[in-house]
Amino acid sequence: MLATLIRLLGDFERAEEALHDAFLAAIQQWPIEGVPASPRTWLVSTGRFFAIDAMRRRARHDASLATLADALERQAAANREGHEDPAIEDDRLRRIFTCCHPALPVDARMALTLREVCGLTTEEIARAFFASASTIAQRIVRAKAKIRDARIPYQVPQHAELSERLEAVLHVVYLMFNEGYSTTAGVQLTRADLSGEAIRLGRLIVELLPDPEAIGLLALMLLHESRRSARTSETGDLVLLDEQDRRLWDRALIAEGTRLAQRALASRRFGPYTLQGAIAAVHAEADTSDETDWAQIVGIYDVLIRSDPSPVFELNRAVAVAMWKGAAEGLVRIEAILARGDLAAYHWAHASRADLCRRLGRRDEARASYTRALVLVKQEPERRFLERRLEELGTSES
Amino acid sequence: MKYLCLICDEEKTINDMSKAETDAFMGEYFTFTSDIQASGHYEAGEALQPVATATTVRIRNGKMSTTDGPFAETKEQLGGFYLIKAKDLNEAIQIASRIPSARCGSIEVRPVVDFGQSQ
Repeated sequence: MLATLIRLLGDFERAEEALHDAFLAAIQQWPIEGVPASPRTWLVSTGRFFAIDAMRRRARHDASLATLADALERQAAANREGHEDPAIEDDRLRRIFTCCHPALPVDARMALTLREVCGLTTEEIARAFFASASTIAQRIVRAKAKIRDARIPYQVPQHAELSERLEAVLHVVYLMFNEGYSTTAGVQLTRADLSGEAIRLGRLIVELLPDPEAIGLLALMLLHESRRSARTSETGDLVLLDEQDRRLWDRALIAEGTRLAQRALASRRFGPYTLQGAIAAVHAEADTSDETDWAQIVGIYDVLIRSDPSPVFELNRAVAVAMWKGAAEGLVRIEAILARGDLAAYHWAHASRADLCRRLGRRDEARASYTRALVLVKQEPERRFLERRLEELGTSES
Repeated sequence: MKYLCLICDEEKTINDMSKAETDAFMGEYFTFTSDIQASGHYEAGEALQPVATATTVRIRNGKMSTTDGPFAETKEQLGGFYLIKAKDLNEAIQIASRIPSARCGSIEVRPVVDFGQSQ
């Protein structure tokens, strides 16, 4: 086995570490899930998976490792097409469905998936969630106890349940991405690690189960990821979409994301992730905010809201309407949403109202809404952004 | 493995039904019960009298106290149960989702401890 791994990974130490990790995984999994049909193949494949994974994580500090990981992954993919045991692919998919089972608490699903599917250590997961290692360890232990005691099966759901269960899996990936992309609390604006893991998971799911919504979610994540470096200023402050330097957008990610969004749309069996991906793709094709096809964006939001009613989508639609038909048109819509009380505690709803009031010269109202948003905001860079806007408005109406 | 499906719904929902609606609803229950009997998943099942008939018993410091009503006041009340046999949680969830009250109330699915196996 070690020889096979050395051949596959081209490095003795790496192979040894990989085999070690694979044995550890086997000790944990086999007693619970049973010994796989072909243990040797399982160990080799799991080891290779961990090794590529580890390289990807280290690649943040060393670009050559990223190239190597890519090459190894391509090679692994080629092998799969050839003669690799399909049971291993099933195994990975089963693990995803078990870790993302809707009977588990949602934060445990994320932790368990990062641990069991992505191969992160408890310490790494704890850092990603700003939690202590013991909190995460306990979350994972409890989830595993429920898997055992309630007998959550280690299986890919049958066809009748598949779409509903896949939705739960995609939801976990989406939350993971968002947690990394727009941190809900704390000092940092983005946490690339979690988003990176979510994208990697998204790729894996698309590879194993190319469902249109899985493809749509991957498109959405890649297109948002493409803006990462433009989203934060050098001082760590938030830069909104219309003020971003679009030359910083990652063209390769945009090309891939757009291609995937088109592929998902062409299936005609798409859902909310694909539609959000399509909206991100429309933004991506414009060189400036003014050149954006706002009419098309509003149109996609209409379809999205019809299939998946959500006040947040309505808010985003209202902002797009403001860009398309003028601030006053958008403001009417935002005020209607706020009047319903749905988003009363959502800081961006108040910040959006403030922004439109500001553009319409209604400074007192703008000030009041920015102040309201500041009470509700939890994340430091967003707070600084709102404070900056409030300062720019001056202290009182002339 | 056995799972207890606790049927929780608002008594008001049932009380507000017309005679025809109640009959149709009960009919669905009879169909469901005979279906899971036929498929071998059924172990037991009962419907409970309204929560107004409940009495809660406790012994504290060696002294028994009885109070009227359920042990917890909640919007949805325990109205009945099924004890089912299923191969895993997925199958139990599928069966529970077919209980007619799943559409208007909630079904809590709880695995039953197998003392024979844990020793």
